[in-house]
Amino acid sequence: MPGHLLRIAVKQGGLRLWNEIPDCQEGTGVSMGIIKASKLIYEYIRRDEEDQVEEVNRAIDGLDLDIHEGDFVAILGHNGSGKSTFAKQLNGILLPTEGTVWISGMKTDDDSHIWDIRKTAGMVFQNPDNQIIGNVVEEDVGFGPENLGVPTDEIWRRVDESLAAVGMTAYRMKSPNKLSGGQKQRVAIAGVMAMKPKCIILDEPTAMLDPNGRREVIRTVHELNKKEGITVLLITHYMEEVIEADRVIVMDSGRLVMDGTPKEIFSRVTELKGYRLDVPQVTELAYELKQQGAELPDGVLTIQELMECLVPMLQACKEQDG
Amino acid sequence: MMREITLGQYYPVDSVLHRMDPRTKLFGTMIFIISLFFANSLAAYGAATLFLVLVIWMSKVPFGFMIRGLKAVMFLLLISVSFNLFLTPGTEIFRIGFLKMTWEGLQLAGFMALRLVYLVIGSSVMTLTTTPNQLTDGLEKSLGFLKRAGAPVHEVSMMMSIALRFIPILVEETDKIMKAQMARGADFESGNLVQKAKSMVPLLVPLFISAFRRATDLAMAMEARCYHGGEGRSKMKPLHYARRDYIGYLVLLGYLLAVILLRR
Repeated sequence: MPGHLLRIAVKQGGLRLWNEIPDCQEGTGVSMGIIKASKLIYEYIRRDEEDQVEEVNRAIDGLDLDIHEGDFVAILGHNGSGKSTFAKQLNGILLPTEGTVWISGMKTDDDSHIWDIRKTAGMVFQNPDNQIIGNVVEEDVGFGPENLGVPTDEIWRRVDESLAAVGMTAYRMKSPNKLSGGQKQRVAIAGVMAMKPKCIILDEPTAMLDPNGRREVIRTVHELNKKEGITVLLITHYMEEVIEADRVIVMDSGRLVMDGTPKEIFSRVTELKGYRLDVPQVTELAYELKQQGAELPDGVLTIQELMECLVPMLQACKEQDG
Repeated sequence: MMREITLGQYYPVDSVLHRMDPRTKLFGTMIFIISLFFANSLAAYGAATLFLVLVIWMSKVPFGFMIRGLKAVMFLLLISVSFNLFLTPGTEIFRIGFLKMTWEGLQLAGFMALRLVYLVIGSSVMTLTTTPNQLTDGLEKSLGFLKRAGAPVHEVSMMMSIALRFIPILVEETDKIMKAQMARGADFESGNLVQKAKSMVPLLVPLFISAFRRATDLAMAMEARCYHGGEGRSKMKPLHYARRDYIGYLVLLGYLLAVILLRR
C-alpha cells in the first residue's frame, strides 16, 4: 500500500501514528514534512521617499514548523498575529527575510522551483470575488492547469474531477457572479484542486461568508482531506472550524505559541484568552461549569461530548434527590 | 442605471451560434457592421433584417435580452434621428418655426435609426452567444500576427477578459457606495452640472480605492495559480474551425454580396 493511502487508512481508523510512518522524500534524502519552516523571520519594511527605512514591522519572528503530509492543520491567531503573512510565505508570494521555508523539499526562495512550489501548495484567499478569473465557472477552474501548460484533454478531465470533488458540477456553465459566497469559495477550491496540489492553504476562506456558506466550505475542505488525502492548512479565527482538525497551531505576534490537538489546545482556556482568542461555546460552558466545581474533563469540544458527561451527572443528582 | 447594458453578458444556452468559433462570430459581426454602412436602399436593409432575424433565431436567446442594450443608446438615437429629420435639405413636409421636416430627412433618419439599432443588436448577439473569454481568445488568435511585431496581444486580451469579469462587480459596488453616501446625506441628483460632477467625488474615490485593492488581490491570486504570462500556456478550449464555421463564412459571404448588389 502506498504511503499516502496507508496514512489515510490509519487516519480513518482514528489512530494518530503519523510519526511512525517514515516520510519518503524524493531526492532530498532528508525526512521532512510537506511544509517545513525553520527560524523563519519576515519583516515588512516601510520606506519614505528617499528610500530610507522608516519603520520595520516584524510580522513573523523566528517560526519553526513542520507539517506532515495528509494532515488537517488549523492555524489560529488574533488579527496581526502573522498568520496570513505566514500563509503567503508558503507559496512564494512573500519570501523570508531570514530563515527558510521548504515545500515538499523545495526552498521557496529558489527561483527555479517557484512554479513547482505554487503547484504543490495551492492557495485559497479570503475574498471570493477577487480570486475568480474566469467568466464561467468551468473556465475559471481550468485557469490553473492552463497556466501549467497541461494538454487540453487533461485539463477537461481535471476540471470535471475538481468540480465533482467540491460538488459544483451542476454550476459549471454558470457565471461566478450568480453564485453565493460559499459556492464561489468552492469554485476557488476547485480551481486550486485542478492543479493537483499536495497541499491546500486556505487563508481565512470563510471570513466573508454567512454561517451557511462557512459550513459548506469547511465541509468541502474536510472531504478533500479525507477522500483525496490532501494536506490542508486552514487559517481562521472561527473556533468552531478547528474542532475537527488533526492539529491546531496558535500564533501570536509572529511566534508559534501553542501546538497540539484541538482537545489539548482548548483545555488551556485561560492561556487562549491571553492571546485574545475565544474557545468554542460548548468548551466555554464546560469550562465555566468546571470552575463552579462540576466534575468535567478538560477540552470538551462538541455538544455530544458535553451531553455524555452531563447526563449521568444529572441523573445521579436526581437519584440522590429522589 | 448601468445594469441594463447587456454587452459582455453571456446568455448560457446551447445553440449552433454558441458553439461557433468566436473568430467566425467576430468576423461576422465586423462584416455585418460594415454592411450596415454600405446599405442605402430599402432592399439592402431588408437583407440585413433577414440576416439579423436568422441569426437571432439561431441563437436561441430571448429577444428581450437583445434589445436591452438599446436603452443605453436611446439618447444618442433620439438626437441623431431628430437632427437628420429636421436638418436635411429637401422637399418639405411641414415646418415648426425655422425647423422643417423633409422627405429626404425622414428617409435618412429612418435608415440612421435602423443602422444604430441593428448595430447594437448585432453586437449584442455576439456578446450574448460568446463568453468574454472566448471572445478575447478569438481576438488574441486573430490578432496573433501582431505578436511578431512586439504587440502585447496576450496581455491586452487578458486585461479585457478581466475587465469584463469585474464590470458587474464594480457596478454593484458603485450602487452600494452610492447608497451608503446617500444614507449619510450625499446628494447625487440635484444641482447644475458642476455641482453634480463635484458630488461624484465621494463616489469615485472609494470606488477607485476598492478597485485597486481588488486588482492587487487578483494579481496575487493569479500568481498563486501559476500565471506567468502567455508563454507556455495551454488552452482549455482551443479554437478550431468546424464545419459550421465554414458554412457560417459562406452565409456571410452570400449576405455581403447580397447587400452590395442591392445597393442603389
